[in-house]
Amino acid sequence: MQIEDITGNRLAVRARGITKCFDDVVALEAVDLDVVAGQIHGLVGPNGAGKTTLLGLLLGLAVPDLGSLEVLGMPAGRALAAPDGVTGFVDGPGLYPALTARGNLAALSALRGPGAQTANIDELLEQVGLSDVAGDRVRGFSLGMRQRLGLAAALLTKPRLLVLDEPYNGLDPAGKKHVHGVLTRLAADGATVVLSSHRMDDLEALCSEVTIVSTGRVVFSGPLGKLADASRALDYRLVTSDQQAARQVAAATPGIRVIDDAGARPDSEAFAVRALLPALDELVPRLVQAGIAVRGLTPVVSPLESAFLALTEQQESSR
Amino acid sequence: MTATRIPSEAPVAARVSVARAYRFELVKLLAQWRVRLLILACWIGPGIAVAVVSQQASLPADTLFGRWMHATGWAGALVVLGFAGNWVLPLITSVVAGDVFSSEDRLGTWRHLLVAVRSPRRIFIAKALASLSVLFVLMAGMAISGIVGGIAGIGSRPLVGLDGHLLSPGDAFGNVLLAWVCVLAPTLALAAIGLLGSVALGRSPMGLLLPAFAGIVLQLAQALPMPAAVRLALPSYAFLSWNGLFTGPQQLGPLLAGSAVSLTWAVTATAMAYLLFVRRDFTSMANDGSVRRVITFGVLPLAGVLAVSAGVLAGATGATGSGIEQDKVQQSLATEFGHLYRLQSGELYHLNVTEAQLRVTASCGKGGSPTSASGGPGNDWRCTVSWHLPGVNDATGQAIYQLDVNPNGRYVADGDGPQEVNGYFMLHTSVGDAPNPLWQFDGLVDLLAPTSKG
Repeated sequence: MQIEDITGNRLAVRARGITKCFDDVVALEAVDLDVVAGQIHGLVGPNGAGKTTLLGLLLGLAVPDLGSLEVLGMPAGRALAAPDGVTGFVDGPGLYPALTARGNLAALSALRGPGAQTANIDELLEQVGLSDVAGDRVRGFSLGMRQRLGLAAALLTKPRLLVLDEPYNGLDPAGKKHVHGVLTRLAADGATVVLSSHRMDDLEALCSEVTIVSTGRVVFSGPLGKLADASRALDYRLVTSDQQAARQVAAATPGIRVIDDAGARPDSEAFAVRALLPALDELVPRLVQAGIAVRGLTPVVSPLESAFLALTEQQESSR
Repeated sequence: MTATRIPSEAPVAARVSVARAYRFELVKLLAQWRVRLLILACWIGPGIAVAVVSQQASLPADTLFGRWMHATGWAGALVVLGFAGNWVLPLITSVVAGDVFSSEDRLGTWRHLLVAVRSPRRIFIAKALASLSVLFVLMAGMAISGIVGGIAGIGSRPLVGLDGHLLSPGDAFGNVLLAWVCVLAPTLALAAIGLLGSVALGRSPMGLLLPAFAGIVLQLAQALPMPAAVRLALPSYAFLSWNGLFTGPQQLGPLLAGSAVSLTWAVTATAMAYLLFVRRDFTSMANDGSVRRVITFGVLPLAGVLAVSAGVLAGATGATGSGIEQDKVQQSLATEFGHLYRLQSGELYHLNVTEAQLRVTASCGKGGSPTSASGGPGNDWRCTVSWHLPGVNDATGQAIYQLDVNPNGRYVADGDGPQEVNGYFMLHTSVGDAPNPLWQFDGLVDLLAPTSKG
């Protein structure tokens, strides 16, 4: 059965009011989640927010205590009955250190059996950039290499919903690029990806939509642009040709506040201001008119990071 | 947002069969260096050890059958079995069964199995079967290696049983194999305890140590004085009860009781492990185990099995005492002396006397009183053996033995005169020097045999 959101988009995941408890601990509370099929959806939140629990439910490792969850059109009625095509990892890539990289994938492929449609192992290793170490035991792999092999293992069954918990952990820039490319291609081919992170900057370049979870509740879910719009005044680092004069101009501009502590490292060639975008638009021409060259104007914290921090801090303080 | 190519129906994938999951488990187990090392050690180590020790001047005479390692290759195989039951089998069950579930917790790999196999029941069966298969390979290796080492080092010759009678090489071979089969039952019990610990204790290293710990505790318990019914209700007794195969008639009561008890422990511990496993919530992958779970699902049920088994055995056999009673010790010693005297006579004088001609009797007392009717284990048994000298009218021979009787029924009889019967370690025979079978020998009291006295 197909499921759609109110705008008619097909949904790969629809959760309504799901609650999951572990003994006395409420891991998730009345969570609603829509994941549009064919998109990369980010799940972000501080440590212990409930991201891994939510991803575990999507993988079918357990069922919610309350609420309804539909994955790829199938209701999650009981544990370990996720629809075909749902795969991924939670709590790390989960590999067997005594086996080689190829051995891990071969064993998992054999577990699925000859009837299952599994991807070509060499192609997968190539995709994640591990062809050179295919014959090496995983015991000697770095965290980043394990993450990439974990991704390859998840891709083995040609997923239609890929669920990844902190896939960027331990990845170097090259590794991130590999993973980024793999996930983008997967989404382009029509699969849905749900991935978690506790860092917004990991998700900014990749996700169409994000869901922010804090202390077991959803505090935001929607397109990234909407999250940025909803944000408050941000801190910007300003580098000019004349810092002294620039500070005076900034202080005189309406809506601009010069701040001494914006979390940026001490820098004699820069200072920070807190402003909304319209005020910032006003400041730049004023600096130019005053004969001050603007050499750099960058957010101290990204807009999404700032919004994330604001929302999660607000949620935590309200509990 | 774009429309997608997700199919309208997302079928639930077929579950992976137990056979496929079993193969997956075997691949993982056999990829571990420690398992490979164990297999190598079990298939090579006992053979080399038996072959080397058999050639030494000094034999492990304090080990059952150790004193016969010069005489026959089958003794070496049984020394390996005794050592394995005491030390090796608890350790290998720890390494294999004690880690089979907890390794998935440690490595964070449950989701592979869960998402693919989709059935905790099948996962449990596959894991249990795989670990048992590896255990079986290890045990088979020890058995075959010990036999091959003994036969290659000394040869296939008759074996002196625990009542002094001679077993032909064919019978010895059959009994050695049967003894290894009997040890399967307590090994299964330890393996099940390993599975239970592995499920209940998760990533905690205690799960890995549990079978070894349980094996040592149960072994120590066998050294304590306790009623025979309780002793036989412990699975560790089945590591010893194969001794009864080497008497004539075979002491099958303790053997069968020990095996049944062990299998009951194995079934109970496996069932508890299964219940714990299928009830587990896998959303939280971090499973550090819990002592409460171990007590609720491990200690209490197994204590219940122990109590029920002891009650049933006590009711069925009346073995509420130690099982080591004066008349049983006397009978066992007299029978064994007769067989060994016949052996000695044959070696020394080529005489073919029969046990019926010898009409051996023994009179034993414990604690310094030769007429004491008390029983129980201890090294203070003193016995006088009497027999009719063949060919000499109404002449009777007598020999003294000090007995050290273990709580499990095994004893060592140490000759205390006269010198010409049991005073010399070696005999000068027409074909060379040979160990004097009457100097010191091992025997076995049937703990469940009814006493002949009223």
